Amino acid sequence: MTDVNQPPLLSIEHINKRFPGVRALNDVSLTFHAGEVHALLGENGAGKSTLIKVLTGIYTKDSGDMMLDGRNVHIRNSLDAQSNGIRTVYQEINLIPTMTVAENLTLLDQPRRFGMIRWRSAQSRAKEMLARVGLDIDPNSLLVSHSIAVQQMVAIARALGSKARLLILDEPTASLDSDEIARLFGLMRQLKEQGMAIIFVTHFLDQVYAISDTISVLRNGSHVGTFKTSNLSQTELVGHMLGKDLDMLQHDQRDVTEAEEKPVVLSLSQVGKTGMLKPVDLNLKQGEIVGLAGLLGSGRTELCELAYGSVRPDQGNKAWLGKLLPINTPKQAIEQGMAYCPEDRKHRGIIAELSVRENLILALQSSRGWWSRIPMAEQQAIVSEFIERLSIKTSDMEKPIGELSGGNQQKVILARWLVTNPTLLILDEPTRGIDVGAHHDILTIIRELCEEGMSLLVASSEVEEIVAFAHRVVVLRDRGKVSEIAGNQISQKSIIQAIAQ
Amino acid sequence: MLNERYLPVIATLLVFILLYGYGMVEYKGFRDTLVFTNLLTDNAFLIVTAVGMSFVIISGGIDLSVGSMIAFVGVLLAYLITGLGIHPVYAAIIALCTATFFGMIMGVIIAYFEIQPFIVTLAGLFLFRGLAYMINLNSVPIDHELLVTLSEIYVPLPGRGGLTFIAMAMLALLAIGVVVAKRTRFGLNVYAVGGDVQSAALMGVPVKSTLVRIYALSGLYSGAAGVIFAIYTGSAYPLAAVGVELDAIAAVVIGGTLLTGGVGFVFGAFLGALIQGIIQTLIIFDGSLNSWWTKVAIGALLLMFILMQKAIVHFTRRYSGKNPEPPEQPALEKVEST
Repeated sequence: MTDVNQPPLLSIEHINKRFPGVRALNDVSLTFHAGEVHALLGENGAGKSTLIKVLTGIYTKDSGDMMLDGRNVHIRNSLDAQSNGIRTVYQEINLIPTMTVAENLTLLDQPRRFGMIRWRSAQSRAKEMLARVGLDIDPNSLLVSHSIAVQQMVAIARALGSKARLLILDEPTASLDSDEIARLFGLMRQLKEQGMAIIFVTHFLDQVYAISDTISVLRNGSHVGTFKTSNLSQTELVGHMLGKDLDMLQHDQRDVTEAEEKPVVLSLSQVGKTGMLKPVDLNLKQGEIVGLAGLLGSGRTELCELAYGSVRPDQGNKAWLGKLLPINTPKQAIEQGMAYCPEDRKHRGIIAELSVRENLILALQSSRGWWSRIPMAEQQAIVSEFIERLSIKTSDMEKPIGELSGGNQQKVILARWLVTNPTLLILDEPTRGIDVGAHHDILTIIRELCEEGMSLLVASSEVEEIVAFAHRVVVLRDRGKVSEIAGNQISQKSIIQAIAQ
Repeated sequence: MLNERYLPVIATLLVFILLYGYGMVEYKGFRDTLVFTNLLTDNAFLIVTAVGMSFVIISGGIDLSVGSMIAFVGVLLAYLITGLGIHPVYAAIIALCTATFFGMIMGVIIAYFEIQPFIVTLAGLFLFRGLAYMINLNSVPIDHELLVTLSEIYVPLPGRGGLTFIAMAMLALLAIGVVVAKRTRFGLNVYAVGGDVQSAALMGVPVKSTLVRIYALSGLYSGAAGVIFAIYTGSAYPLAAVGVELDAIAAVVIGGTLLTGGVGFVFGAFLGALIQGIIQTLIIFDGSLNSWWTKVAIGALLLMFILMQKAIVHFTRRYSGKNPEPPEQPALEKVEST
């Protein structure tokens, strides 16, 4: 497939890129060959997008070399990358929606005579470009009048241009349905035949195996390894992505008393939303912790949001304590005794300017209604109780919450919902971005709450963490539930295997 | 194929024809070509300003400084011609260069310091008006035989009408504007920046230099409007053309250009300005109405066109996957509001 005597189309050596406080790329070396589909994989924050931005000149590398056909090249901006034949199609379609297809395809490179654009020849050129990706649409139609899939194809047609040699597809399939994906793959194979090198970034493992020749895995900014797709099992791949060496993991038997016949608090039957999550069945018993495991984009957060009702499901039923109830808005969920700590703490959780006390009391105040103000003495009593109980480290309860560390902010948000004494608590990534000590505290709190009889639904990207507390684990993949692991079957190995399957 | 982006400009053309038709039916005098040529001459400076403004608004920005620029250029011309005795042609060139330079400076501030065009050009609005006062406090005549000649010559048309020099200059500047917008890479880049600035940057459009050129172009066109205004009135006054920036914006919007950027036609601004002119003419012909009814009518029209634009944007959004409905409000905020 690749000619050994030829220098690779593009090779990068010892690329480093730092951002303040983060080492985004750490000594990454990769080689891309002509006629090869090279999948680039990694979890969130692995450095994929940074690497792509370095390749396309949006970021400048701190050190390292880039060789095109064995020659050293410097790529300073996206025009530089384009003139070197490196073209990118991003997940978000980066075309101008208000312009026509032909205008989009020929922008910046319109055929001209005496400085005037010749629209006739621009249109015939646009037609040729569309033909290359197998599209037969009117070049004079507005871009927005077409479906996302067609717009994506137009973006690829533009990227191919006249001298593209390396095509980077950054999650191109995220918003496509299966027919459209098949069409895209057909095009990718055709381009491969023509000697194009393709870098394919995606979260969908099935697609990686369907189309790629080579897989490179990044983790925490470092290159974990490059593998021939045919020689790498999905389980090994997931292990590399998550940084777990499967051979080192045993089925660590755990002593979990099965939550025997406790009443079911929340039951979802075939709850889903088109384009967001395939229908899912889930029963949550009293005093039980259910973990949601899966890779990024597998549907963990979506399941939390649908269960809580912050996103209205378009199919399925929910039952609360055995009774069918519509729980489709946060208000209804709160009335029944649900609470939800979302993933993005900074934007959805804390109000940075308000004090610890004000942040903590918010949910309780709103559940009582704004007209019955909670007396200051009561507020202070509640707040100091929780500061002590969750060991929140703050010098003063009147300190703005923005000045606290991430772990302590998370504890305040947790406390905010605990004050309302919910029956069911949904936590999405409760330990993201917090230090080890706080991490441990939060896991302890989760276990304590469960012992007190609270039900918890916890989504986490850290398999280890889920193993540590969950009674049952729901494994998600490609926006659907793939399996459920219970009791002493739960181990890092079994979860990773279920993810990879 | 007729696509939806022509809808607003077609609506504008219809309104213009309806108003003109109404005038022709109602008033005998309206049928003379003189009404039309006067419309062109009297609104020439506004049309030229609106052509420059079109580029700014298509790029998603705004230029509030154009009215002050017209006054400043007029006063500057008077100073150069009457005060320093420079030949009007050279004076006009100096004035146009100055206007372009000031526009460019505003563009640089907008593009490289990433400050909203509204604020930067608002500063320009005060600055140029102030500069005009620095040169001259009073209304002064600009005495030069060339200016008098230019304001008097015309190409006769059938009827009593005639195409004045001012009207011809305006039509030439309009034609250049139309060609630049549709037939040059710069023009297409303006549409791209207005359509989606992030995408444009990723596609390789030099966003910053395009922005600088847009505001320089608007400066040049408002400078040219200033020269035309000086020839038209034969005088210079620091308080001239107050509020013209708003008339120009109204003309552009009535002409079918979306304030959100990316959609619009330079020719639409011409129609938009003519509609304002024709409403004024109709009210003069009526004779019994107060001239402030012009403003009422323009206000109503503007409102109508903005609502129509909103409907069209809504219509196109529905077919655009790029703007799905915004995600549900996060849970916590909802709780707080209950």
